Amino acid sequence: MSDREPIYLDYSATTPVDPRVAAKMIPFLTEHYGNPASRSHPFGWTAEKAVENAREEVAKLVGADPREIVWTSGATESNNLAIKGAANFYANTKGKHIITIATEHKAVIDPIRDLERQGFEATFIEPEPDGLVDLAKFKAAIRPDTVLASVMLVNNEIGVIQDIEAIGKICRENNIIFHVDAAQATGKVKIDLETLPVDLMSFSAHKTYGPKGIGALFVRRKPRIRIEAQMHGGGHERGMRSGTLATHQIVGMGEAFRIAREEMATENERIRMLRDRLLIGLQDIEETYVNGDLEHRVPHNLNISFNYVEGESLIMAIKDIAVSSGSACTSASLEPSYVLRALGRSDELAHSSIRFSIGRFTTEADVDYTIELLKNKVSKLRELSPLWDMFKDGIDISKVQWAAH
Amino acid sequence: MSPVYFDHNSTTALKKEVLEAMLPFMASQHGNATSRHSFGRTARAAVEHAREQVAAAVGAYATQIVFTASGTEANNFAVHGICSNLLPAQILTSAIEHPCVSRPASALASSNRGYKAHSIKVDTDCNINMAHLQKLLQAPTNLVSVMLANNETGAIQDIAKVAEMAREHKAYVHTDAVQALGKIPVDFFALNVHAMTISSHKIGGPLGAGALVLDKRIDIQPLLHGGGQEKGLRSGTENVAAIVGFGAACELAVSHLTAFDMHTENLRKHLETGLGKLNAVIFGQNDLRIPNTSFFAFPNLDGETLVTALDKVGFAVASGSACSSDSDKPSHVLLAMGVEEDLARGAIRVSFGMSNTLEQVHHFLTALEKELNRLRNLTAIAA
Repeated sequence: MSDREPIYLDYSATTPVDPRVAAKMIPFLTEHYGNPASRSHPFGWTAEKAVENAREEVAKLVGADPREIVWTSGATESNNLAIKGAANFYANTKGKHIITIATEHKAVIDPIRDLERQGFEATFIEPEPDGLVDLAKFKAAIRPDTVLASVMLVNNEIGVIQDIEAIGKICRENNIIFHVDAAQATGKVKIDLETLPVDLMSFSAHKTYGPKGIGALFVRRKPRIRIEAQMHGGGHERGMRSGTLATHQIVGMGEAFRIAREEMATENERIRMLRDRLLIGLQDIEETYVNGDLEHRVPHNLNISFNYVEGESLIMAIKDIAVSSGSACTSASLEPSYVLRALGRSDELAHSSIRFSIGRFTTEADVDYTIELLKNKVSKLRELSPLWDMFKDGIDISKVQWAAH
Repeated sequence: MSPVYFDHNSTTALKKEVLEAMLPFMASQHGNATSRHSFGRTARAAVEHAREQVAAAVGAYATQIVFTASGTEANNFAVHGICSNLLPAQILTSAIEHPCVSRPASALASSNRGYKAHSIKVDTDCNINMAHLQKLLQAPTNLVSVMLANNETGAIQDIAKVAEMAREHKAYVHTDAVQALGKIPVDFFALNVHAMTISSHKIGGPLGAGALVLDKRIDIQPLLHGGGQEKGLRSGTENVAAIVGFGAACELAVSHLTAFDMHTENLRKHLETGLGKLNAVIFGQNDLRIPNTSFFAFPNLDGETLVTALDKVGFAVASGSACSSDSDKPSHVLLAMGVEEDLARGAIRVSFGMSNTLEQVHHFLTALEKELNRLRNLTAIAA
C-alpha cells in the first residue's frame, strides 16, 4: 500500500484549492495583471472590480456589509490586526485588560502575549473538559478595565463550536470589544454577522478551499469599531491595512466563499456521515477517547486519543494517511498539544492523539481504509507496549510508583 | 487595439515560466509547509528551494531571507521591528521614500514612546543630500532607511555610502530595493545594509510575496505573532504558490537583467528624445536612474487630464505612483526635489517592461503630441 498517494485527512491544516477556484484565479495571474490601486487605466479598473466582487462574496457568506471586510494576508494577520489594533485604539478609554481562552490558536495567544509585554494584562480562561467555555467563568473574568475579548468560533484541534452569541451578548452588556477567530468556521457553521453580537471577525481562505496568503477581517460599522493600523503605507483598505492587494488571491477567496455559501448545507451532511462512519469504526478499538464535545462540533473534525500508544510511533505507522497530531503550526515541536492539556487530558493521552479532518474530496473508501489501517497499527503497537500488558493484567498504571534511575 | 501597458513599476505581468512553476502548488501539491506528512514536506521543500533562488538573486544566504506577503509588509517589519527593540532615538528616512517606509516611522514617532522621525533631504536631481544626512546623524539614531531606486523618477542612490555613514554613527541601515531588483544588480553584501526589502510582483512574480533580507544578528521584533513560521520572525501559513513563483521570478530576473536593461534603456532613449522635442521637463534625466523609468511633465498642463486622455487612446501610464493615485496631491518625490507644485501636479510616469516595443513608443509620442495640441487649444479657448 505504501506506493499509493497518501489519503489526505488534514483539511484543518489546509485544504486543496478547489479546481473551480483555481480556474477563476488564473486569468488574474495572466491577462488581468493590473494593480487594483492604479486608477488611471483599465488594467487597474479590471483588477479593482474583481476585488470588489470578491469582497461582496466574502461579505455574503457571513452576513456582513462589503464595506466591513478588510483584506489581509491571512487569518494570522487578521488576528494580529484585530487584537493589537483594537487593544491599542481603545486602551486609553476602556483599559488594558484582555480576556481570551487557553485553547485559542497561537495567532491569538501570541499577539496577546505581545500586548502583555507592552503593559496589558490578560486572563486566559480554562475551558471545560469538553472544550467549551463556561459562561459563568467568562463573566467572572470581566473587570472594569476589560477592553477586549477574543474567543474562537471553531477550535482548530478539536473542532468544538463556542457559543459566540451568548459570549457576545455578555461583551455588549459590559462594553467590551469582541473579536472572534473564525478561520476554521467558514463553510462549516452558519455565520450571520447581521445578528451576531461580534465586533471583529477573522477569516482565512485556505481553510475553505481558497488559496493560501489571503484572509480578511470583518470590522463592524454599526456600532462603528475602530482599529489602529498595524501596517502603514499607501493607505489601502481605508487606511486600515496598506499593501498592494493580491488580486488573484482575493478573487480565489471570493470564489471559495461563494462555493461555500451555495454548497455548505449539502456538503456538511455528507461530511457528517463520513465522520460518523470514521468515529464508529475507530470506537471498535479499545481505550480510545474522543477529545472535545461531540455535539457542539463541526462535522469535519475527529480528534481521538489512542491510549497506550506512543503518538509519534503511531504517526510513523500510519504514513499512508496524512493526519496531524496537534495543530500544523506547532507540529514542528514534540510538545503535547496545549489544547488537549487545557481540557485536562494527561500528557500521555495528549501525546497519543490524532486529529482527523475530513473535507470536500474525502470518500467513503478513504474512511474505510483509514479505519482498517488504524485498527491494524494500533493493535501492533500495543503488542509492543509493556504498559498495554500491565493494563490488560488489570494494573492501574496511574497508581504505579516508578523507581527513579 | 488592446491597450499598451507602460506602467510596469506599478505591477508587471507574470512570466509564463513563473506560472508554470506555481500551478502544481495551486492544485495537487496543496500541503501546509508546517505539516509533517508528505504533503507538508513537499510544500516545505518548495519553499526552501525558493528561498535559495531569492537569496542567490541578491547575493545573500538563504538563511537571511524572511518571506512576507508583500514589500509593504517587509518595509513595515524592518522599520517597526528594528526600532522596537532599541532604546528609542530618531529614525531617518529619505524624503522620497515610499509611504510604507515613511509612515511606519511617523507612526512610531507619534506613539509617545520617545521615537522621532526625520526626513533626509534630496537634491534637485533626486540624490540624497549626504551633508544633510551627516548633520542629522549627529543625534542618536536607531535606523536610516533610504531606497535603492525610486519608484517615480527611477533615481538610484549610493546606498553603500549611506550605510557607511550610518554605521559610523552606530545606526542600523535598511534599504527598500523593490524597484531596483531585476533592473540593476542588487548585492546585499556590497550594499552593506542590515536589512533590505524586495517584492515579487515587480519582477514578473505573483502578487502576495515579498521578503526582508536580514542580517540575523539584529534583534528584530516580529510584526505578526502566531504559529512561529519563518523561525519565529513572521507567523502565518506560508503562501507556498506565491513563494515558489517569487523564487522562479528572481532566478529569471537575474538571468534576463542585461537584456532587460538594454531593451528598456533603448525605449527610454527614444521616448525622451521625443519628449524633448515636445518641450517636456524630464525629472532626474541626467541622474543615475533605473533604465526603464521616465518621469516628466508639461508646464501648464494638468497631468490627470493628460493621463485620462492617453488612456482613452490606449496607453496605460501613471501619474505619480499607483499607491497614491487615489489622492490628487502632487508627488511628494517631486516636491522634495524642489519642483514647483503646479509642474509637479502635471507629472506622468512611463515605466517599460520587456513586452514593450519601439513601435509602441513611437505611437505613444504621436498620440501624446496630438493630445497636447488638443488640450492646449482647449485651454486657449477657455482662457
